Amino acid sequence: MSDIILEMKDILKIYPNGIVANEHINLSLKKGEIHALLGENGAGKSTLMKVLFGIEIPEEGEIILKGKRVYIKSPHEAIANGIGMVHQHFMLVPSLTAAENIILGVEPRKFGLFTNMEKAIEVADNIAKMYNFDIDVRAKVETLPVGIKQKVEILKALYRGAEILILDEPTAVLTPQETEELFIQLNKLKEKGHTIIFISHKLDEIKLICDRLTIMRNGKNKGTYKTEDVTTEEISRLMVGRDVFLEFDKEKANPKKTVLKVRDVSVKNKLGNLKVNNISFDIREGEILGIAGVEGNGQNELVDILTGLNENYTGNVLIFNKEAKELGIKGIRDLKVSHIPEDRMTYGCAKDMDILQNVFSNQYGDEKYSSKYLLKSKAMETRAEELIDEFLIKCNSFKQSVGMLSGGNIQKVVVAREFSVGPKIIVANQPTRGIDVGAAEFIRKKIIEFRDQGCAVLLVSADLNEVFELSDRLAVMYKGEFSGVFTNVEELTEEELGKYMLGLKKDEKLEGIIYE
Amino acid sequence: MSKTSKLNILRTALSIIIALAISFIIIYFISEEPFRAINKMILGPLRSRRIFGNVIELMIPLIFTGVGVCIMFSASQFNLGAEGSFHIGGLVGAMAALWIPLPSFIHPLVAILLGGIAGAIFTFIPALLKIKTSSSELVSSLMLNYIALSFGNYILSYFLKDPKAGAPASYLIPNTARLSILINDTSIHTGLIIAILVTIFGYIFLYKSKTGYEIRVAGQNEQFARYSGINIVKVILISQLLGGFIAGIGGSVQLLGMYRRFSWIVLLGYGWDAVIVTTLAKKNPLYVPISAFFLAYIRIGADIMSRTTDVSPEIVSITQGVIIILIVAEQFLSKYRHKIITKEAKSLLDTEGVE
Repeated sequence: MSDIILEMKDILKIYPNGIVANEHINLSLKKGEIHALLGENGAGKSTLMKVLFGIEIPEEGEIILKGKRVYIKSPHEAIANGIGMVHQHFMLVPSLTAAENIILGVEPRKFGLFTNMEKAIEVADNIAKMYNFDIDVRAKVETLPVGIKQKVEILKALYRGAEILILDEPTAVLTPQETEELFIQLNKLKEKGHTIIFISHKLDEIKLICDRLTIMRNGKNKGTYKTEDVTTEEISRLMVGRDVFLEFDKEKANPKKTVLKVRDVSVKNKLGNLKVNNISFDIREGEILGIAGVEGNGQNELVDILTGLNENYTGNVLIFNKEAKELGIKGIRDLKVSHIPEDRMTYGCAKDMDILQNVFSNQYGDEKYSSKYLLKSKAMETRAEELIDEFLIKCNSFKQSVGMLSGGNIQKVVVAREFSVGPKIIVANQPTRGIDVGAAEFIRKKIIEFRDQGCAVLLVSADLNEVFELSDRLAVMYKGEFSGVFTNVEELTEEELGKYMLGLKKDEKLEGIIYE
Repeated sequence: MSKTSKLNILRTALSIIIALAISFIIIYFISEEPFRAINKMILGPLRSRRIFGNVIELMIPLIFTGVGVCIMFSASQFNLGAEGSFHIGGLVGAMAALWIPLPSFIHPLVAILLGGIAGAIFTFIPALLKIKTSSSELVSSLMLNYIALSFGNYILSYFLKDPKAGAPASYLIPNTARLSILINDTSIHTGLIIAILVTIFGYIFLYKSKTGYEIRVAGQNEQFARYSGINIVKVILISQLLGGFIAGIGGSVQLLGMYRRFSWIVLLGYGWDAVIVTTLAKKNPLYVPISAFFLAYIRIGADIMSRTTDVSPEIVSITQGVIIILIVAEQFLSKYRHKIITKEAKSLLDTEGVE
């Protein structure tokens, strides 16, 4: 057992809101392995890692590092113990260079007071070379692509002497090509004796790179396995406690008349950079148009335009032949356009209000739920209970604050609200990001259901599986433009799509994006 | 009732007890006769009908400004305009009482209404500044309060002043405009009834009406409200207009109920106090009378104490300060709360058994 580097024993973590995130969890890591930690959202993976990294203090349990019990009460102590973490949302200062970010907090000094910049660049460059990370440490982080930013994050942890590296969903933001490169790097780190904890939802990636895996569900450890001993189906069954259908039986789309027309739309952000460049497309009733692309290529800006949140654009957006600018947010919503926002905590809910108040924010004016001035509380309560049942929202009652729910359940609240108005057009921006397999599957099925009922759907997603499974037509967005359009999604491969996503390939004609 | 909501009540109660305890300790150290002083402060207001009446009289203006601030704060319009609205409301109430001759009953109603409208116009200014120039309503309302005060002084000196009165004060308010006494041997006036009506209205408006819902959603998360199709500009305007209106009514009710002349040459502070009242009431108008009563009670108690012993009434400021700090402090009792929650969760785990 001497190859066990770290053991977490009997970890119990209860959050201030009463949620038991970790229920007596045990986890042991062997030196030099890549160990996957997987489970649905809210299963307690992130919490367990926060405990290990000193962000959360557990109620009970102990951590044994190299045979010695350690008490990790802050990230500082975690780092001192050789534990590093690469967060899903990078903790980098965009205006500083890669080198400055790597040495931040542990700078080499000049006269004990000033940062020795030459030395900093030198050490950063050395460590990058040592681990074969091909990056320019003099470049400002804000100019770097996501994949490189992640490498900077990893180097940051390594520079601080991390032997155990925690990677929280590292591939969520990467293209297939970047993911492949990351895996090569991880294998090299493994050869050098580093131990890696790899948190992910993506089963195929785990099969590809991990030696062992631990599955968590509902705050419990559902077992640790050697990767080659379990099949993807077994893993998913252990994760969700039932068989998840990884492929949808989707009927062929039967599109009717065009309901959303977008012509020559361009928008600049506050800094004056062109974020959406001359985009045109149509969506018809009963079809799903998927927009794939690495995040930050103008998808959010486009969605903001379609839903009325941003009116400072050029070009035309016609919703049921009415100009979106003239309609405004309320007017667009009144035409039964639903919007699942990308950032559910900022736009999708009021976290300190209860579920009931969150599901009516777009429809309290409906005569079913209010008279001229007053709300009809009884009708609202009945309806809230129906929605909780229909959308399988796990909660005590509709009086529970939304902020107390898990990510997947918060998203279900958002979806319940948006889908309960009987939408004719759905704009879904990353509808299943960061939520568990069960909830994601549920939401995708609902989207298909609505399509079959004649709803037009615009699906923006960075999840390739999702856009492949759901889209009837697929467009790729790159640097504010469509770089490709595919009307026959089944024939498209991931590699091919990746090339369009990275801008390696570009289709100038874009046939099939507009119906004339 | 769940354990956590019980805990919320416990937290408020404990904040009050700790604050009073701190005040008592201070009294103990500074006073020659601390026990008599504390006794006067706690039991003083109960000694006679007239003195208890003082508590209710003081509670009335606090209810108005408290409900007004509840509405504005629910929309996340953190501003102190209620103070200015109250002042202007009193001023305009006095002007209407002096200049518009009307039969009794109608006279105070018209004066109060006009006072309310003046108060609404006053809080409309910071709202407009916020919408048009996105200037902070907190700063602009604070500054505008002093303009309200100076405006009142100007009107008083040039238009209302009775040269025969010793101090700067208006002519006598005609009896037709004054609010009649409700309870004998006290100065409790019919304004109390209006205050209760305003409380009920405030609660129904904020928690049962469409507009109130919009205000609360926008107050909790403005981005979410906008995304949902709620008109933010409307929310800011309505909450500010209504909050100012109610504070303005409070001003004229106070003037017509408690004063024979308009003689306010300083800001009376009911608008500032409303922030304490609102915080204690957790922004719910229904709890405003309770927290207003509490505040009025300790103020009158401290007053009696200072008149009969060697302790000055400012001791109440310490009490208030500690209460607010403890209530606003999210972390206060959080360890204890966490323990309760941990225990509850654990016992649930045990009853569920092994899955």
